Amino acid sequence: MQRGRSDMSMHKILIAALMISGAQTVVAQQSRFGEPATQADIDKRFWSVFPDGENLPDGQGTAVEGAELFENNCHICHMNPPDKLTDYEPEDPADTLFGGQGTIGTDHMVATIGSYWPYPTTVFNYIRKAMPYTSPMSLTNSEYYALTAFLLSENGIIGENDVINKDTLPKVVMPNHDNFINAYPEVPKKYRTKNE
Amino acid sequence: MTHSKTKTLVVDATDQAAGNGLMSRRFFINSALATGATLASGAPAIAQDAIVGEGQEDWTLYPGDDLPLYGDVSQFEKGRVQRFVAPPTGGRTASSSGRTPHHLLQGTITPSGLHFEVTHHGIPDIDPAKHKVVIHGMVKQPLKWDIEALENYPTVTRKYFMECSGNSRVCWAEKPDQNFMYMTHGLVSGSEWTGIPLSTLLDEVGVSPDAKWIIAEGGDSGSLSRSIPIDKALDDTIIAIYQNGERIRPSQGYPMRLLNPGFEGNTSVKWLRSLYVTDKPVMSRFETSKYTDKLYDGKALQFSLEMDVKSMITRPSSAISLKKKGLYEITGLAWSGRGKIAKVEVSADGGKTWAEAAIEGPVYDKMLTRFRIPWMWDGSPAILQSRATDEAGRLQPTREELLAARGKDAFYHYHAIHSWSVNAKGAIRHVYA
Repeated sequence: MQRGRSDMSMHKILIAALMISGAQTVVAQQSRFGEPATQADIDKRFWSVFPDGENLPDGQGTAVEGAELFENNCHICHMNPPDKLTDYEPEDPADTLFGGQGTIGTDHMVATIGSYWPYPTTVFNYIRKAMPYTSPMSLTNSEYYALTAFLLSENGIIGENDVINKDTLPKVVMPNHDNFINAYPEVPKKYRTKNE
Repeated sequence: MTHSKTKTLVVDATDQAAGNGLMSRRFFINSALATGATLASGAPAIAQDAIVGEGQEDWTLYPGDDLPLYGDVSQFEKGRVQRFVAPPTGGRTASSSGRTPHHLLQGTITPSGLHFEVTHHGIPDIDPAKHKVVIHGMVKQPLKWDIEALENYPTVTRKYFMECSGNSRVCWAEKPDQNFMYMTHGLVSGSEWTGIPLSTLLDEVGVSPDAKWIIAEGGDSGSLSRSIPIDKALDDTIIAIYQNGERIRPSQGYPMRLLNPGFEGNTSVKWLRSLYVTDKPVMSRFETSKYTDKLYDGKALQFSLEMDVKSMITRPSSAISLKKKGLYEITGLAWSGRGKIAKVEVSADGGKTWAEAAIEGPVYDKMLTRFRIPWMWDGSPAILQSRATDEAGRLQPTREELLAARGKDAFYHYHAIHSWSVNAKGAIRHVYA
């Protein structure tokens, strides 16, 4: 008898506990409106590739193959820069892509892929999403690898027959790799003014 | 009609706050109180032989136009108050920047159509029915939302400045540029943004404790991407869907954008479509080749994300010459990516003496703050400057100090004191002082 009453109490407590947690579940569901994202949802929207090679696709190319692609797709902007850039464009509109090594830190800096960019994967990451300017994403992954190889080769970083793919690209060491200083959350004191 | 007698401003030494004519910030208030009682009243003579509307303008005599469904500015302001947009160059089909005409504006909220913008691949025309943002990577459950789903959440509404880190970059040049002030300093604006705290959505996907960065990607034709530190994302970052009370405009990221208060503008990725939670930065073009600050020793600052304490005098400035001696109001804007503005000081003698300007409150965290100070110009040459201090105690540097710390051309994050020289004729020029 004693035991039965005890069981009954426990049963009521359990029901009460279930009711409370049930109510909480309802509240929680009402404040959550995200729908599960499928791999296809992600693949359509996520194009970033990383310095360690993460998310680099299959395919490959060489600078020799890339030279012709560059001539046909990139030359018009990048080999014929405007005579005079305005001071009011926040960036160089058609980046100088080649040369400039040894100029960073001098009075006449020319920041190019060869003289300035710290990671080779940035080249592929950017051009695959954004270039050619008037028709981005219009080439194949292998063509973007070939163009990447051409840009690295023209800067003297790799040979013109070196094969660039998801395994070789992350291993390319850029000349200016070691010259970037993390400024978050604080700019190092050396580069701050005295009252900042 | 009888008017009050011509008011004579009586200035005594106690009204002066600093050298070369800077007045106490209470001077306008004091002189208004003093003259208020002297407004004379007279009995006007009424013409007997004309209809009462004689001499009135048409807009007073005829009913006006019907009400537009979406209001616009006066026809007399169009073509006058507008942004500076540099023509596209280098094979582009779209300009890359539009600058806010601060010399023609007041207050602290920039009208949405005059908010600065920088686009690297033009303005996409996104159909919101086809747009979603996904959060994925180091999370328990990847999720997606369209704008209607986001509208279900409780929102926050906050006022924030946004500044491109390339703002004022021509000031790194050896010689001061001579142009309207907005061409130099127009890549900063202030808005009231409404959106969902990103922390709410990160809680819903269940972020791994090992996460350190979030890679934001936009849906424009450059698929612009930036790496955002996880501590910022969990702090005050929002996904904005409204600007100044209405859905954000295509040029500002319609239908949804990231908004990182106080960070350089490029990190507030527009047309947001993907947030990838990870333990490392992506090292995108816009955080390596661009938006890194080149130093005198060959090094470069990377992830210099927080905008520095800064101020600028918007009036008088190079677009606005002084016509005659007398009393003027110096006004401008101050801001800091590290909190609230605590103090703004103004000098009329090239930094020899400084007077504290009046600040129009309330002062908001990481938002433009309007300052004002009266100035009695006696017709002699002057150099006008402003310098801001934020609540962290950081003081806006002189140009000399900034160049000593970073070198001659760091390209980005120029935030030194700006100098306007006024010559005896009242012409205003940009000088390095």
